[in-house]
This record gives sequence, C-alpha cells and structure tokens, in this order.
Amino acid sequence: MTTYILRRLLLSIPVIIGILFATFALARLIPSDPCRAMLGEKATDEVCDQFLKRHGLDQPIPVQFAVYMGEIFKGDFGNSFRFSMPVTEILSQRLPITIELSLAALSISLLVGIPLGIISAVRHNSWVDVLTMLWANIGVSMPVFWLGLMLAYFFSLTLKGTPFQLPPSGRLSPGLIPDPFFEVWNMSLTEGTAIYLTAEFISRMNILNSILSGDWKVFKDAAQHMILPAVALSTIPMALIARMSRSSMLEVLGQDYIRTARAKGLKQRTVVIRHALRNALLPIVTVVGLSLGGLLGGAVLTETVFNLAGVGRILYEAITARDYGIVQAFTVVIAVFFVALNLIVDISYAYLDPRIRLN
Amino acid sequence: MGQNTAKLNAETSLDSVSLWGITRKRLLRRKSAVMGMIILGMLILVALTAHWLAPYDPTKSMLDVPDYPGKIEKRLPPCVHAFGCPESEPQHLMGLDGNIRDEFSRLLYGARISLVIGFATVSFSILIGTVLGALAGYFGGWVDNTIMRVMDVVLAFPSLLLAIAIVTVLGPGLINALLAIGIVSIPAYARVVRGSVLSVREMDYVSATRSLGGNTYEILFRRILPNALTPLIVQGTLGIASAILETAALSFLGLGAQHPTPEWGSMLGQERNQVFTAPHLVFYPGLAIMLTVLAFNLLGDGLRDALDPRLAHVS
Repeated sequence: MTTYILRRLLLSIPVIIGILFATFALARLIPSDPCRAMLGEKATDEVCDQFLKRHGLDQPIPVQFAVYMGEIFKGDFGNSFRFSMPVTEILSQRLPITIELSLAALSISLLVGIPLGIISAVRHNSWVDVLTMLWANIGVSMPVFWLGLMLAYFFSLTLKGTPFQLPPSGRLSPGLIPDPFFEVWNMSLTEGTAIYLTAEFISRMNILNSILSGDWKVFKDAAQHMILPAVALSTIPMALIARMSRSSMLEVLGQDYIRTARAKGLKQRTVVIRHALRNALLPIVTVVGLSLGGLLGGAVLTETVFNLAGVGRILYEAITARDYGIVQAFTVVIAVFFVALNLIVDISYAYLDPRIRLN
Repeated sequence: MGQNTAKLNAETSLDSVSLWGITRKRLLRRKSAVMGMIILGMLILVALTAHWLAPYDPTKSMLDVPDYPGKIEKRLPPCVHAFGCPESEPQHLMGLDGNIRDEFSRLLYGARISLVIGFATVSFSILIGTVLGALAGYFGGWVDNTIMRVMDVVLAFPSLLLAIAIVTVLGPGLINALLAIGIVSIPAYARVVRGSVLSVREMDYVSATRSLGGNTYEILFRRILPNALTPLIVQGTLGIASAILETAALSFLGLGAQHPTPEWGSMLGQERNQVFTAPHLVFYPGLAIMLTVLAFNLLGDGLRDALDPRLAHVS
C-alpha cells in the first residue's frame, strides 16, 4: 500500500509542475496590459512603467516564471493588483464561502443520491426506479444557473409570506454580524499565528461558526441563505451519484454471494447494507471524487446567481479584470486541490479493492 | 427437420446482421433512448425550419418592424390569442425581451445555434483527441508519456474554469467559446482512443498488416482506429450534451455568444436580473437548454447500453 501511495504521489509531481506552468502561461497570455486594465486607459506610460516594475512585470518571462515558482514554494502568491492586498488574504476570506457551499451541496447529493440509487436498484423496474432514473437524467442535464434563478423566483416570490419563503441571494440578512467563535469562547489568540489564522478561517464559515458559538439566530439565517445555492449546486452530482449507486448496486445484487446471504435467511436490509452496499461503494467513491471538481466549476455559476462572494465568483471577476495574482493563485489552488482529490480517490480505491494496488 | 432448418436459417441470418443493425434494434427497445431521439428529431426539425416557423426576425427589435400594430414596450408577457389575449394585440407566444424582440423567434433560432455548437465542438475535440490518443497509444514510450501528461494537466482543471480562462485569452465570442470548450474536452477523447489502440495494437491482424508491409498510417487509421469508433460515438453523443451546457454557461457569464445572437445561454444571462419581473424570459431559454441536453444524454446512454456486448442479454 505504501509503495502504491508513493508511486501515485510521484506521478502527481509532473502534473503539478504542468499546472503551475499552464496557469502562469494562461495569465500571461491574457491580452491587453494589466496596467491599463487596473489603472484605466488614461494611465500614462510613466505611471505604467512604475506599475510594471513594482509588480515585477518588466522582467523577461523566464525570470518572472522562476520568481513565481520560488514564491509559490514559499507559500507567497503575491499581491492582487485590484485589491492591493496579498492574494493569500483574499483566498482566506473567500475560500470558506466556497468550501461551505460545496460541502453543503455534497452532503445533499450524498444524503439523497445514494439512498435513491439503492432504492432504485432494490426495486428494479418498479415505478420508483423509473421515476428516480427520469429525475436523475433530468438532473444531469440541468443548467445550474437556470435552476438557481428558478429556485430563487419560486422560493422568494411565489412562496412569499409562507413558512417556506427563502432569501434569493446573499449569505446573511442585512444587519446580522456573526461573532467569531473564538471571541465568544474568550480564547486569547495572538494575531498572525497559525492557530489564529486557522480559527479565523473556520469562523468565516457562517454555519459552522454559528454552531460553534451557539448563535442559533445566525445559524438559522445562514442556513436559510445556503439552502437554495446548495440545492442548485447539488443537482448534477446528486443525479450522477444516484445513477452510479443504482448501476453499481444492480451489478452487486446479481452476484452469487448475495444469493448465498439471502439463502442464509438474512434480512433484506442486512443483505443490502452489509453485503451489497460495501462492495458497490467503489464506483460511487470515484463519482463523488470527480463530482467535487465539477462542484468547483459549478460554484462559479452558483455564486454569480446567488451573489455569494466565494472563490468561483472572484476568480471569474479576476480573469475578466486581468488580475494576474488572483488568477494564478486561485487556479493553482483549485487545480492542486483537484489533483489531491484524484489522488485520495485512487488511494481509497486501492484501499477498498486490493487488486488495484497489486497491479 | 423443417423446424431445424428454419432455426438454422434464423441463426445464420442473425449472424449476418451488422453491428449497427443490432445496435439499432437494441436502441429502439430502450424507451429512454427513443424519447431522446424524438426530442432530438423535433429539435433538428425546428432548427432546419426556424426561418419558416419564426414569426419575426430574431435579431430585430419590434421598433424596426414596419407597421407593427402593438404597443412598443420592453419585456411584454406572452400574448396568445387562443388563451384570451385580445386579437387587436400582435401575438407573441413567449412575450418580448428587454430589447423588444420576439422571444419565441429567438428561441427557435437558438435551436439552430445550440445544435451547431454541440456538433462543431465535439467534431473539433474528436479530431484532435483521436490524433493525439492514436499517436500516444501506437508509439508508446516518451510520445505517450508527453501527450498523456499534458492531457492530465488539462484534466486537472475543472473544465468550466479552464474554459473561462481560455476564452479570456482568446477574447469573448461564440467561436472562441467553442474553441475553449473543444480544447477542454480533448483529453476525454484522447483517453478513449488511446485505450482502444492499446487494446488492439498487438492483435494478430495488426501484426499481419505490419508483416505485409503496411505503413504506420495504414495500420493506425485503417486497421486500428475503426475499433475505437464505438466508444467514440458514445463519448461524442454525451460530449455534445456537455458542450451545449458549458457553452450556454459561458454565454450566461457574457463570455460566449454576444448580443444580438439568439443563443439560449446569453438570452438567459441578459435577462437574469429580470427573473422577478419577467420570469418567462428566463424560464423558456433554460427549459430549451435542459431539453436539448437531456435528449443527447438519453441518446448517449442508450447508445452506450446498446453497444455494450455485456448488456446483450438485457435486450
């Protein structure tokens, strides 16, 4: 197992170097000069020269790449032209929103997708199966941005005045400012330390922070704001997980050992959960891993529709505003996260099925 | 005796049925695939006859329509005479958009654009992906390693984010959006072709062609590649669905089709802030995108099952 993990880790290195190079090249290939994109078309040549010098953009491209690689290995992603602040700081402000949204969406997809897939397989060819698969097919074909808009319309306008009314955008209602949990707990943390930064990062996830600080008013408000974006974002992964769970379960339910388990007189529930589901999990794990990458892409659209200031939206804004610092850092973080995720999927695959690591 | 002969004849005739004949039969037995084909057929029909079906020019405002009898007002709700809209008002089945254009006409022309987007993007990706995958699988070694590591890098980015980045480099526009989605989709086809090439590269009939003096081109494109056709067709059909969905997403963000092109994603994007006042302008284009993508997904799934020999017993 250790040899397998080491081999997979080594194979990831060229991919990560490729990602760093591709991100750098993409950011540099974006047409028009960043100075005028930032300072406006009327910026004089002199001002622009200073701007380029300040950000190291007057250096030859290979030198810029070497400096960029060196800084990345030090964990320094440079500054954002637009916000005039370190990119890591922007990342630490925006990432919690996207993580919270993605986790909420993933939880919905797993909690609904897997049981639906199992029920569909157990009651193969019944009306439950037909309806689930119809719904799953519609789910994978759903434009997330359209579903988001329609959900916002239905839950905030059509259901206005009912207990089911939900806010159409934003993270919290105006005037509601959550207290960080570490302040509520009276923890004396020194600013700038790793523990403080981690605590601050966690406290920016409104739902988690409100649970930790016991602020149920904020929790209710944050959860209500999160429902619609999370449901919209979860649709495609939920449908994929339901489909994969169904087909994987169908395959396993036809195996001899399931017949043996049934012949032993075991209850249907035990056969399905203990014997079948465990073995049907392999392909489901892959789909879950791959869905997370899709969630990040979908987050750009969901965050735009629901006006959430997460990673996806700021990356899109940074690309259009030619903010190299943010584009590079965010793309690298997302891509490396994606590679790490694939690595975890492969390792869990090898853990669940020993034949894979032996090959 | 007679019965045995009839049975033998039936078996012999079954053996002589081509793969495509069997596939067609299996496909027609799948209700979901048939549903996909029906929706797709209707879409193709709409796309081909849009210029006859559309009551107005999709890019022209009602201000430019001579002797337009109705009131010139932005974002009018649908007016259908059969549903009680006064005969004196001009009929607009899906209302007027923010630029006073007929939404229904734009939706019909949108079918044409979406289908072209799907087929053009997938053709581009298949072409490049096939060549790269075939070279990687056939030559192996450093050629394989280089090509597939580059493909891994492309796959390391969430596809929509990479497409956004590429389209920003190339500049917003429908053609550039197609190119971006096309580039992002190449690895999927390269992997499929590489896999197929690897599986048949050492087969006897390939060795026979090689020993008979067949050159690389002949071996690769005439002997090996036809074997990759089946998975490519399945991947391509499902690829059209995702290409349409992703191009619509790019247009929604303002990076794909530009004003006044009647593309569904951009129609939706332009009117998204009006969802609370004119929901019909958001509802119809989104529904059209969903139905088109659904049709290709149903057909793709049906084709995959029909072409899978392991599922032969099911049908």
